[in-house]
Amino acid sequence: MSDSSLRLVWVYPDLLSTYGDQGNALVVERRARQRGLDVQRVDVRSDQPIPTSGDIYLIGGGEDRPQRLAAERLRRDGGLNRAAENGAIIFSVCAGYQILGHEFINDLGEREPGLGLIDVISTRGEGARCVGDVLADIDPRLGLPQLTGFENHQGVTHLGPTARPFARTVFGNGNGTGDGTEGAYNETVFGTYMHGPVMARNPQIADLLLKLALDVNALPPTDDRWYEALRDERIAAASQPA
Amino acid sequence: MAGHPGNPEPLSPRAKLAVTAGKAAAAVSRAAGRGSGSVIGGRVALKLDPDLLGRLAQHLDVVLVSATNGKTTTTRLIAEALGAAGPVVSNALGANMPAGITSALAGGSDARFGVIEVDEKYLAGVARDVTPKAIALLNLSRDQLDRAAETRMLAEKWREGLSGSKAVVVANADDPLVVWAASSSPNVVWVAAGQEWKDDAWSCPACGGVMQRPGDDWFCGECGFRRPAPSWVLSGDHVLDPHGSAWPIHLQLPGRANKANAASSAAVAAVFGVPPQVALERMYQVQAVAGRYDTVTFLEREIRLLLAKNPAGWLETFSLIDPPPTPVILSVNARGADGTDTSWLWDVDYTRLAGHPISVIGDRRLDLAVRLEVAGLDFRVCETLDEAVQLAPPGRIELIANYTAFQDVRRRVGN
Repeated sequence: MSDSSLRLVWVYPDLLSTYGDQGNALVVERRARQRGLDVQRVDVRSDQPIPTSGDIYLIGGGEDRPQRLAAERLRRDGGLNRAAENGAIIFSVCAGYQILGHEFINDLGEREPGLGLIDVISTRGEGARCVGDVLADIDPRLGLPQLTGFENHQGVTHLGPTARPFARTVFGNGNGTGDGTEGAYNETVFGTYMHGPVMARNPQIADLLLKLALDVNALPPTDDRWYEALRDERIAAASQPA
Repeated sequence: MAGHPGNPEPLSPRAKLAVTAGKAAAAVSRAAGRGSGSVIGGRVALKLDPDLLGRLAQHLDVVLVSATNGKTTTTRLIAEALGAAGPVVSNALGANMPAGITSALAGGSDARFGVIEVDEKYLAGVARDVTPKAIALLNLSRDQLDRAAETRMLAEKWREGLSGSKAVVVANADDPLVVWAASSSPNVVWVAAGQEWKDDAWSCPACGGVMQRPGDDWFCGECGFRRPAPSWVLSGDHVLDPHGSAWPIHLQLPGRANKANAASSAAVAAVFGVPPQVALERMYQVQAVAGRYDTVTFLEREIRLLLAKNPAGWLETFSLIDPPPTPVILSVNARGADGTDTSWLWDVDYTRLAGHPISVIGDRRLDLAVRLEVAGLDFRVCETLDEAVQLAPPGRIELIANYTAFQDVRRRVGN
């Protein structure tokens, strides 16, 4: 982490902010400030260079064409890869998750190279689009409560040997591979299909990113009653699909 | 079609039968308490005569109105304006898919003008069926993400559907997606109607380049796609017509967005020969549209009912509510008609409500609660509308709700 403040970088809101993705940035920012941290949030448009000195990077979901444009511009820019080499924490959702992998299928039906920051490959599912509430158990090593989110994707993401499943689904599709995995992660890079936005329903994920970025084991507690109430409601809803 | 000189031929026996059968089905549906019956009636009629919509419209000068936001209100404003030139038939209740449109037209056999609201997804098809004289395109933005087409794909569909149309397209020059959709059309009247929400058009619909937006202007830095020069302009409380004359807008409907709707409506009225002064004067008559903007007395408070279905709609609504300390009640559902994904709440800048006492209700009040908590606002979560209303002192309350939440509130207050 840089000396004075936590640098939170939101990557390409002009292309990848279709599903309320700003929410993830707002929740991380809010929870950092509640712990007395000074936060500098940087929203980087796709015609601007990605800063390489950020502590936490968020990259969101988007439609097929903006996803291709984002991948092209991120590859050309190279900043996110350099930030990852510097040990930055990167959290990605849906289209952003696919971009961080080795490749995905773009809007033209072609294989589009990703950034290779996480060992996954995404293809396009043959079946119905995955839409709806999801409930999943997060990898116990991460010490987080159940994952609740809303998925809306056609993509199917296959994990390679150096990526671990972020969670195992109880209800819903997640990675769409049929093996019950949802999302992927390695030491510093995380990917999920969960919208909601995911941090609003799982504020402990925001705290995990803060802990990793600050290199601490614990954070002061916050008043999470509304998050908890929402979680209870959504977990119950996912358990009783319509 | 008595009294309409342009009426070439009466409806065929088959079309007449279809209209009658449709009306019968609607009556049955009404009797069964299933709403106005307009959609079921139209469905029955279209099944008996699939070309009925086109045949019903044949005798009318038609204008189609489509947009993500404001189409019901604008349809109402245009209908009011064209009333100056002759009888109007319109789907005023917002049944805006082919069946509902058919049903509405079947009820207007004496009309000269058809003013028709069309769901965004059906615009191209309806435009093919009814050969409109004009098409008004107001705005396009994200809405119902769990099932709607991508916003840009919708613009693309409009563009393809309108490319062969002979209609005069009256289009908002301030919305790049609308401009992209309309510019395939040979005959466009551009209206500078404004668009507060900009987050669906940062990327050029033509080439994908990043859009530049200095002041009110916009252009793509890469391919040269840019804002067209408008011939009608919304300027504060006035509409500037193509001759540069400024006409005052007097509306009972509140807010900037409705002034924009009035400006577009005046441009449409001119296509039908109704001068702006006449059109705008008539628009003053419009008070509430399907309950929207209505003020009702409930539990000794005056509640103004405001409908906002998506981020662009909420943004425009925040700009028209009374300032603090007027209490605000927010209600959000996520049923089928609303879209089941609530993530759009995070695209809405709720910090604009700072200073207002806020209560949240609706099926998804907890999503709202977390949203407002993260925005750093104070709020109360209430189980019912009554509870939320009783928290406020006697006087004015602004109530903002999305689609089915709005219907729930109307039922409760007896609107």
